[in-house]
Amino acid sequence: MTSTSDGVGPPSPPGAMEWIRKNLFSNWYNSLLTILGATVVYFTLINIITWVFNTADWRPVTVAPLLYLVGQYPREELWRAGISLLMVTFLVGMSWGVWKRYVRAFAIFMGILLGILAVFPLETTTITLPIRAFMLINPFLIYLGYRIGRLQSVHGRHVATLWLITLLLIPLVILPGFENSSLLPKVPTTVWGGLLITLLLSVGGIVLSFPIGVLLALGRRSSLPVVKLFSIFFIEVVRGVPLVTILFMFSIILALFLPSESRIDRVIRALMGTVVFSAAYTAENVRGGLQAIPPGQVEAAKAMGLKNFHITILIVLPQALRLVIPTIVGQFISLFKDTTLVYIVGINDLLGIGNAVLNLNPEFVRLQMEVYLFIAVIFWVFSYFMSYASLQLEKALGVGER
Amino acid sequence: MSEQNKDDQPIVIARDVHKWFDNFQALKGINMEVKIGEVIVIFGPSGSGKSTFIRTLNRLEEHQRGTIIIDGIELSHDVRNIERVRREIGMVFQQFNLFPHLTVLQNITLAPIWVRRWSKEKADEIAMQLLERVGIPEQAQKFPGQLSGGQQQRVAIARALAMQPKIMLFDEPTSALDPEMIKEVLDVMVELAKSGMTMLVVTHEMGFARAVAHRMYFFDGGLIVESGTPDQIFKNPQQDRTKLFLSQILSH
Ligand SMILES: Nc1ncnc2c1ncn2[C@@H]1O[C@H](COP(=O)(O)OP(=O)(O)OP(=O)(O)O)[C@@H](O)[C@H]1O
Ligand SMILES: [Mg+2]
Repeated sequence: MTSTSDGVGPPSPPGAMEWIRKNLFSNWYNSLLTILGATVVYFTLINIITWVFNTADWRPVTVAPLLYLVGQYPREELWRAGISLLMVTFLVGMSWGVWKRYVRAFAIFMGILLGILAVFPLETTTITLPIRAFMLINPFLIYLGYRIGRLQSVHGRHVATLWLITLLLIPLVILPGFENSSLLPKVPTTVWGGLLITLLLSVGGIVLSFPIGVLLALGRRSSLPVVKLFSIFFIEVVRGVPLVTILFMFSIILALFLPSESRIDRVIRALMGTVVFSAAYTAENVRGGLQAIPPGQVEAAKAMGLKNFHITILIVLPQALRLVIPTIVGQFISLFKDTTLVYIVGINDLLGIGNAVLNLNPEFVRLQMEVYLFIAVIFWVFSYFMSYASLQLEKALGVGER
Repeated sequence: MSEQNKDDQPIVIARDVHKWFDNFQALKGINMEVKIGEVIVIFGPSGSGKSTFIRTLNRLEEHQRGTIIIDGIELSHDVRNIERVRREIGMVFQQFNLFPHLTVLQNITLAPIWVRRWSKEKADEIAMQLLERVGIPEQAQKFPGQLSGGQQQRVAIARALAMQPKIMLFDEPTSALDPEMIKEVLDVMVELAKSGMTMLVVTHEMGFARAVAHRMYFFDGGLIVESGTPDQIFKNPQQDRTKLFLSQILSH
C-alpha cells in the first residue's frame, strides 16, 4: 500500500489484517467472543451442510419439480407458462435498461438463477431438454431486453405500459386459454397450482388492492358523507375479520348466493378475498401517509388556484405514498406469505403442492423437513427481493431527503 | 395592463369582515380598500387576526359576515368565483410551503401548467425568467430541501408570481428566516413593490414598511386600531396601543 499523506484526500481504507485486528481482536474478551462465535458458526455450518448433502432425502422435491412450479397444468400446454416467463424476464431486462441501477441487481440475480436452474444436474425425467432450453433462453432475453431498454427512444412509460399489458395478458389470456381454441385450449384453474398460483394470487392481490386501498383512504377523508361512511365501514369491517374468514366467505358464501351458471372461478374468488383484505390494510397505511402531509402543502396549492382533484393527484398523494412505501411493502410481503391460506379453500398453492407431495408416497411422509424447508427458501427468496426492491424504490424516489 | 382606465377603482374591497372560529371571534369588522399598485403593510400583536384577514382574501379562510370583492369578483360560496379569485392572487407563506417532492422549476411551473394550461415550454421559460428575477436561476433543478431558507422563500415568491397575479399576499415572509437571509428576501419584495405590484404584506420589518409601504394598518383584537401612511404611523401615532406596540418592536 502506498500512502499519499500530503494532508489531502481521504485516508486510505485499512487493510484486511488491520480490519480484523481492530474489529475482531481489539482486546481479550473481544478475541474470546470472536473465537467462540466462529466455533459456533463453524459447527452449525458443518451440520447444515452435512444434513443438506448427506442426510436429507430430497426426493419429494426432485421427483416432481414441475408440480411445485405449475401444479397440474397440462404438460403439453406447459409452453404457455414458459412463454409467460419469457415475457416477464424480457420486461425485467427492459426495466433494467430503462431504470438502470434500481433494477440492475434484481435483473442480474434473476438471470443467474434461471441460468443455474436450466443446467442444474437434476436426475429427473420430467425436466426434459426442451424445458431446460426454455429456461436457458431467459438470461439471454434479460440481456436483450436490457439492450432494447437502453435505446434512446424507449421510455419508462413504454415499459410500464408493457408491464400492464403483460400482467393482464398472462392470467387472463395465455394461461386460461379459450373454449374450442386449438392454439390456446382452455385450461381450467382447477389444475393450476404451485408457485404459479402463489404468484398469481399475490401479484394480482397487490396490483389490484393498491389502487382500491388508495381510493378508500381518500374516501375516508372525503367531505361527502356517503363516500366517507362507506369507506370507514369497509375498512373497519374487513380489518376486524381474519383473512381465513374472508377467504371462506368468498369461496363458499359467494358461491351459494350466485346462481350456479354464473359461478365465479374459485381462483378468482380467492383473489377477490385477498384483494378485499389487502385493500383495507393499504387504506389504513395510506391514510397514515396522508395525515403526515402538513396542511400548508394543500393551502399553498389551493392559493395557486389548483382544483381539489389536482391537489390530491399532484401534491398530496405523491408525498403520502412516498412516506408509506416501507409500510406498504411490508404489508405486501405479509400478503405474499398469507396467500398460503388459500390451501384451506382447496387451492393448491406452493404449500398445498408440498402437502400433496408428502401424501404421494408413504416413504415421503417423514420428509416434511425437506419439503417445508424447500418451500420456505422459495418464499424467503421472493420476500427478500420484495424488500430489496422497496429499498431501491425508496432510493429512487428520495424518501427521507426532503 | 388593461386596467389602467379603472386605476382609482379599488382592486381589493373588504367591508365589515367578520370571522369566527367556533365561538372565538378572530375578525370583528375589518374595512379596507386597496388600489392597484398600492403596497399595504399590516402589523400588530400575535393573535390579532392579521393572518386570518389576509387568508380571507383568497378564501383560505371563509368570512361569515361582510363583503369581500377582489377585482370586481365577490367572494361567496360560488366555487367558480373562488377559483377565479385565486388565479388573480399570489400568496407567500411564513413557512414557504414549497412542494418538497418537486424541483424548484416544477414548483414554479405546476400552477401555470395545470391551472393556466400553458405548454411546458412556455411555463419553463417564464419560470426561468422569474428565477433570474429573484436571483437564483442556477438552482432550478434542485429540490427545495437542498436550498437555504432565504432561497426557498425566493422560490416561493417566484412560484406565486408565475401565475401572473394582480395581487400578492405575504404572511410574515421573513419571520422563519435566519437574520442573515432576511435581507435577500426583502430586496426581492422591494423590487416587486417598485415594479408596481399590488401587495398586502403582514410583517414587522419596519424598514421595509418605511421604504415602500403606501399605507400601514395596525391590527389588535380582530380590529383595525389605526391606519395611515408610514410617516403618520411612525412619527405621529394617534392610539396608545399603536405607540406601545411600535415602541416594543422598534426597541430591539
Ligand atoms: N384554525 C383556527 N381555529 C381556531 N382558532 C384559530 C384558527 N386560526 C386562528 N385562530 C385564532 O384566531 C386568532 C387570530 O389568529 P391569526 O393567526 O390571524 O393571528 P395573527 O395576527 O396572524 O398572529 P401571529 O402574529 O401569531 O401570526 C388567534 O387567537 C388564533 O388563536
Ligand atoms: Mg399570523
